[in-house]
Amino acid sequence: MSGPDNTPETTDHNPLSPEVIERHVAAALTSIEAAGDLEQLKAARLEHAAERSPLALANRSIGELPGKEKAAAGKLVGQARGRVNKALGARQAVLEAERDERILIEETLDLTTARTRRAVGRRHPLTLTAERMTDALMAIGWEVAEGPGVEAEWLNFDALNFDKDHPARQMQDTFFVEPAIAGLVLRTHTSPGQARSLLERGAPLYVAVPGKTYRTDELDATHTPVFHQVEGLAIDKGLTMAHLKGTLDRLAQSLFGAGVTSRLRPAFFPFTEPSAEVDLVCFVCRGDDTSCRTCGGTGWIEWGGCGMVNRNVLKAAGVDPDEYQGFAFGMGVERTAMFRHGIADMREMIEGDVRFNEQFGMEI
Amino acid sequence: MRVPVEWLGEYVSLPTDVTGEHVAAQLVRVGLEEEGIFGSEVTGPLVVGRVLELVKEPQKNGKVINWCQVDVGDANGTGEPQGIICGAHNFEVDDLVAVILPGGVLPGNFQIGARKTYGHISAGMICSAKELGLGQEHDGIIVLTQHLGPQATDLTPGSDLRSTLGLDREVVEVNVTPDRGYCFSMRGIAREYGHATSADYTDPAKLSVDAADKGGFAVELNDDAPINGVQGCDRYLARIVRGLDLTRSTPAWMATRLTEAGMRPISLAVDVTNYVMLALGQPLHAFDLNSLRGPIVVRRATPGEKLRTLDDVDRALGAEDLLITDGADNSILALAGVMGGASSEVSPTTTDVLIEAAHFDQRSVARSARRHKLSTEASKRFERGVDPDVTAAAAQLAINLLVEFGGGTVDPEITDVDHRLAREPFDFTLSQASALVGVDYADTKVIKILEAVGCEVNGDGPVVSVLPASWRPDLTDGPTLVEEVARIDGYDNIPSLVPAAPGGRGLTASQRARRTVANTLAAAGLVEVLTYPFVGESVLNDLGLAKDDERRNMVQLANPLSEESPWMRTELLQTLPETLRRNIARGSRDVAIFEMDTITQARIGAQAPVPGVGERPSDEVLRQIHAAVPAQPWHVAMAAAGDLDRAGWWGEGRAAEANDAASWVRLVAEALNVEITARMTERAPWHPGRCVEFVTLDGKTVGWAGELHPKVVQRLGLPERSVAAEVDLQVLLDQGLSISQASPISTHPVAMSDVALVVHRAVPHAHVEESLRQGAGDDLESIALFDVYRGEHVADNEQSLAFRLIFRASDRTLRTEEVNAARDGAVKQAAADHGAIQR
Repeated sequence: MSGPDNTPETTDHNPLSPEVIERHVAAALTSIEAAGDLEQLKAARLEHAAERSPLALANRSIGELPGKEKAAAGKLVGQARGRVNKALGARQAVLEAERDERILIEETLDLTTARTRRAVGRRHPLTLTAERMTDALMAIGWEVAEGPGVEAEWLNFDALNFDKDHPARQMQDTFFVEPAIAGLVLRTHTSPGQARSLLERGAPLYVAVPGKTYRTDELDATHTPVFHQVEGLAIDKGLTMAHLKGTLDRLAQSLFGAGVTSRLRPAFFPFTEPSAEVDLVCFVCRGDDTSCRTCGGTGWIEWGGCGMVNRNVLKAAGVDPDEYQGFAFGMGVERTAMFRHGIADMREMIEGDVRFNEQFGMEI
Repeated sequence: MRVPVEWLGEYVSLPTDVTGEHVAAQLVRVGLEEEGIFGSEVTGPLVVGRVLELVKEPQKNGKVINWCQVDVGDANGTGEPQGIICGAHNFEVDDLVAVILPGGVLPGNFQIGARKTYGHISAGMICSAKELGLGQEHDGIIVLTQHLGPQATDLTPGSDLRSTLGLDREVVEVNVTPDRGYCFSMRGIAREYGHATSADYTDPAKLSVDAADKGGFAVELNDDAPINGVQGCDRYLARIVRGLDLTRSTPAWMATRLTEAGMRPISLAVDVTNYVMLALGQPLHAFDLNSLRGPIVVRRATPGEKLRTLDDVDRALGAEDLLITDGADNSILALAGVMGGASSEVSPTTTDVLIEAAHFDQRSVARSARRHKLSTEASKRFERGVDPDVTAAAAQLAINLLVEFGGGTVDPEITDVDHRLAREPFDFTLSQASALVGVDYADTKVIKILEAVGCEVNGDGPVVSVLPASWRPDLTDGPTLVEEVARIDGYDNIPSLVPAAPGGRGLTASQRARRTVANTLAAAGLVEVLTYPFVGESVLNDLGLAKDDERRNMVQLANPLSEESPWMRTELLQTLPETLRRNIARGSRDVAIFEMDTITQARIGAQAPVPGVGERPSDEVLRQIHAAVPAQPWHVAMAAAGDLDRAGWWGEGRAAEANDAASWVRLVAEALNVEITARMTERAPWHPGRCVEFVTLDGKTVGWAGELHPKVVQRLGLPERSVAAEVDLQVLLDQGLSISQASPISTHPVAMSDVALVVHRAVPHAHVEESLRQGAGDDLESIALFDVYRGEHVADNEQSLAFRLIFRASDRTLRTEEVNAARDGAVKQAAADHGAIQR
């Protein structure tokens, strides 16, 4: 060392002088401020605020002072320690926040390819379509009735006014059950469900009958021997073809969107008189595109058959046709789904390839 | 029914610019559905050519071709002669021929161009009738003067031939519904076109009919077994033409109309009868008079009789078959209204012909056609109803045409055995039309429409008497007349009104439950599929079903699509595995599918009566009908192969295993809140050591699940270790659809205790679990098996099972000593029941 030290000796040697205390505080604050992480801050606390730190020692030495000086020294040291602790606390908070933030960054995960480990399954679009159709009718107060696929011949034909020798009965391409005397067929339409409902519950009656039906067609792009229908039957007093048309319009709008209306064309079915085929306004082009692929440019797509229930059908079910009248209609679920979802080939719906279902959600 | 537009125009006035599309649209309006519109497939320039020069050029292959210079006027743009190669030899210089120029297209999309052949540039083609789609003749090209006769005199080279040859003609095909037999004729179609458009209609049946002269060929109507009391034949009219030359060809116009209508021209006699049938809807039959000895007897067949029909098939006749027979030797001439026999067929050498125009009962013909699986143009018309009043006109038109084109003379005598019953009018309440259709029709309008469709209406309301036209046997009651009113007025006039239903119960509990099950399985990772219910012997064998397995008791189809699959499945797992296999074969590795449907349980010996139409059967008959229908309970089946949990950046995948199949059954039961228990069992098609059966608390089997038998998997072509389950959903639906009741849930803390128990390997885990549950007392909240150990620390025939027991009291916090006591009680029960030793 060189030169004389001019610092006043006296104050230096008094551990409780304001200057000395202030020096301890300054050293502590510098050290605290310099702490870059919680580890360094811990070291700074040990050095400047722990039991053996200069300020703690100074505090301890207050006891040795004469009584009248104790109060002033106590205040001086207490305030100094307070400043140091406050700085420690503040720095602690800053460093903890920095650490927390760093940990969150370190814990980053890329969730962009996350999937359930168990692939979610799917319903079949045909069963969902049938549910949509029946729900639309339930929404206007109808109920849902069902019947068996292997059905009594009488219920499939005679009860519906298909006379044994009527050409229409031959045109149904029926699967017959062995032996013939069993009197059973695979139902060719869901209409026997109508007959069952009428026999069981009588009139008035508003029911939708969804189900599986069978005809001896070979499978191709537009035919399948096993297919689905939703049939509607309304029997009450004063029902007319206008109510039939209104119901069909409502059903069509519920399935295909607002503004889709129906057209009736004269037709023949043994169980209805008058009878009609129902066409829908093409819901793709609305009749405005002569090259529309959905309707073939005609503006209409054929949807199903319908009509006013034949008096013989009511009689066969024990309902008085002079008191009650009503209407019935039947739509292919396959056809409805094909139109609604742009399905070109019937086979895709019945082959059970899971990739077909996976194009649809659980709600179609 | 194919409707040639040109022919239609003979009976009803058509617009001058008529198109097939217009005709189809009008017919659709009145209920004749359009099946298609057909035109000639010839397009491009088809013109008259005059052969100017013809050089015969022999070829190396021995063929001689003609190198022709043909004048086609200005049609080729230059006026110069057209050089064309032609291989036919039935023409000479100066002949008028049909030439299609480059750019034209012949039927079969045969494009015509200028091309180098036989050393020349041949620019176009001289056409034969066959090449133009005008017939089957192929003995050379068309020489127009021969083909068209006098019509050819006006032709000049270069003029268009399309309309002259009828190649601009269109044909509309419509679908005739079974109630409208009269529309199987041009007469009926023209009438309907008239209804649709109000165009003038000329009834082709209104022709001058020769006055009946007594005598004629003897005919007897001897139906001693009428069906439903209706005579099989109520009118038989016969006319005779002698001295015919049936080698003469059918006139081109008639052949064209027949072809357009979809019938092949065959010979003059056949063509004339077909033509009259198409025109008037009355099927006719032509007999070779010299093969008949007579009298003609119409009678029912006697069992054992046989007939070789015109199609050369020997047919065993049934007692209900109505026959045309030769009374002299009782030989059979024809199956009435269906098809003629081979023996009395008209041949080219026939000179004398008897024309039969008869009216047969719809039902009788329908049954014969069905019995012999023989649907003919005649039977199709008779079973839908032929106008009984058109008989004489049809016979007259036929003999007129035969005489005109085949020569010959008509016998003045006419046979007309007429047993027709008078048609009866019926009452009709005019307001029924408005009441049924929902359109306010004026009475006058209703009457006007009914008269327009041929009805005689007497009275002016409110109730009138209506006698429908002879050609409308389908008009039998009020609603049938209402349909006529609605369709002629137009279905488009019907308003749209939503009826106010009284409101209902919504879905039934069973319907709702099935939706829940399907949605639950889909959410659990299974994809819903639909399979055909048809099965056969081979799949049952592949599944390993024993010969006496009750599942082989199946409903059999009389006419299955495939003889290999004639039965209705008794379990969904008989058809579901094939869909699993198809998915795997198409490259999907991880597949889990389910199907929900009914299955069919045969009722051996049950018979459902088939009473007729229009009357409610008695309660007893209805009971028999319902009782004979097989039980068809709802099932749901699942099948899976490959990974159920997928592999990814998160780790390995996990293959579907037997436990998953079992868990799906549990899932279904839990979704419906039905308690079930499990027991190990052996059942095809499952692995004998990996099949679990689930039962309800009252012991009804709910289903089976597990891994498929390795041999089954192999035989069905499925991936190894494929798993499956079959659930009798009906059992669950019948059990669990009551309203669930809640208990309060405890908010006190839980206490856990694990126990490891050593038991014999044969002891089912569920049994140990059940003992623990019983011994643990009321405070046991749940129990779960979390580890199974088999290995060196236990004996070879033992296993160590680790269970976690969770306790919670409803009213207090359990103390440690209480929990320990409950656990010890549980272990003690397991020890007592199964010799379990705590490790």
